[in-house]
Amino acid sequence: MSKKVLLNSKEIDIILHRLACQLIENHNDFSETVLIGLQPRGSFLAKRLASILTYDYKIKDIHLGLLDITFYRDDFRRRDEPLEATNTQIDFLIENKNVVLIDDVLFSGRSVRAALTAIQSYGRPENVELLVLIDRRFSRHLPIQPNYRGRQVDAINEEKVIVHWKELHSKDAIYIDNK
Amino acid sequence: MKQQLSVEHLLGIKYLNKNDIDLIFETANNFKEVINRPIKKVPSLRDITIANLFFENSTRTKLSFELAEKRLSADVINFSASQSSVKKGETLIDTVNNILAMKVDIVVMRHPNVGAGVFLSKHVDAKIINAGDGTHEHPTQALLDSYSIKEKLGTVKGKKVVIVGDILHSRVALSNIFALKLQGAEVKVCGPTTLIPKHIRSLGVEVETNIKKALEWCDVANVLRVQHERMDIKYFPSTREYTQLFGINKEILDNLGKKIVIMHPGPINRGVEITSDVADADQSIILNQVENGVAVRMAVIYLLAQQIKR
Repeated sequence: MSKKVLLNSKEIDIILHRLACQLIENHNDFSETVLIGLQPRGSFLAKRLASILTYDYKIKDIHLGLLDITFYRDDFRRRDEPLEATNTQIDFLIENKNVVLIDDVLFSGRSVRAALTAIQSYGRPENVELLVLIDRRFSRHLPIQPNYRGRQVDAINEEKVIVHWKELHSKDAIYIDNK
Repeated sequence: MKQQLSVEHLLGIKYLNKNDIDLIFETANNFKEVINRPIKKVPSLRDITIANLFFENSTRTKLSFELAEKRLSADVINFSASQSSVKKGETLIDTVNNILAMKVDIVVMRHPNVGAGVFLSKHVDAKIINAGDGTHEHPTQALLDSYSIKEKLGTVKGKKVVIVGDILHSRVALSNIFALKLQGAEVKVCGPTTLIPKHIRSLGVEVETNIKKALEWCDVANVLRVQHERMDIKYFPSTREYTQLFGINKEILDNLGKKIVIMHPGPINRGVEITSDVADADQSIILNQVENGVAVRMAVIYLLAQQIKR
């Protein structure tokens, strides 16, 4: 098993700032925009972006929610390992808002499909965009593409993209692991 | 934590372990969030069919199960014994097998006979959830009671719970005793000696016949209804006497010097085991129990459905 560093913490920091700037370009003061991190792994990225927007770019009142998609997945009872649910924390309605779904790695697109269904429980959004840190090309099962991407990766299916956040693993880093 | 129940059916609390209860409660937390959304429904069980078989009367348990099933997007069929072929002499296995022939995955059953759920689980090919079997067990009620205690007091472990009333005929009492002991609570029962089973102490439960002493001791009082319909002989002289000796009123509670939590599984006989002002007081969590019932039942159904492979 070999683990290759794809992005180090400095590169991740630059990418996060670029993504934040791209969001500002499209969403101005964020008054009609909500950021939704997909639980569990997308929530770290979402929180990080929200804090960059708040502290580095002085944008007030960022609406940040965390969405658990476990109950909306299409592989319930079809996988060997049982699904583990996490918390959903969305204390606002998304009716007529611009929603930005945020996840760390886009692979098959099935999580995003589930999130698109799940988010409807909170109202009808004006539009929905997708932001991912790593976009794995050639691995999609569904016609889903990101609006904002940190880095595009051509990883083969056996390879795994592993994202480490300093909140969990002492430092930020992204690895490609080929078993 | 393990993400799978250790049991294939929910027949009683006595078959569960502490991990199962923790898993059910954690899953219920997620569903409690779901049922407080503007749109209170998830599509998880859209290819699961559930039959609710009620061979005995029920209002809130049946409604609660049906709502839980619908919130999970399952297809639901309802059956009650009063309008069925049971009256024409059909056996339980035949009735259930006929229903299963219509491709049902999970059976929720309430039955007047003790052990009906266990019996059925051995003879039919479906997940069985016991919604009350005679005077034996009512596992989902005990789970939602413990969940409500945990929600109100932060934990069940180490809490002192007294179960007041008709212990002899109560499946809620037995399931609660199992669930509370499993989670490390201290349990006492309080009621007329005629309504307390002879060997109840063997479950690690203490008996108290003085309601004031029991309430002074406890953090939580779970008050049960006197089940007149199950009484073939007279267990106490009169309802009035029962109320005088074991009824809980505001005056008793105000003289305790502390605020205890009041629970009741319903239906309440107001003015008999509990007065109206106590039932509606802010220390009563009776309606929280009802709300939590839906979330806990969603969790149980979801976790059992997770085991069904196609």
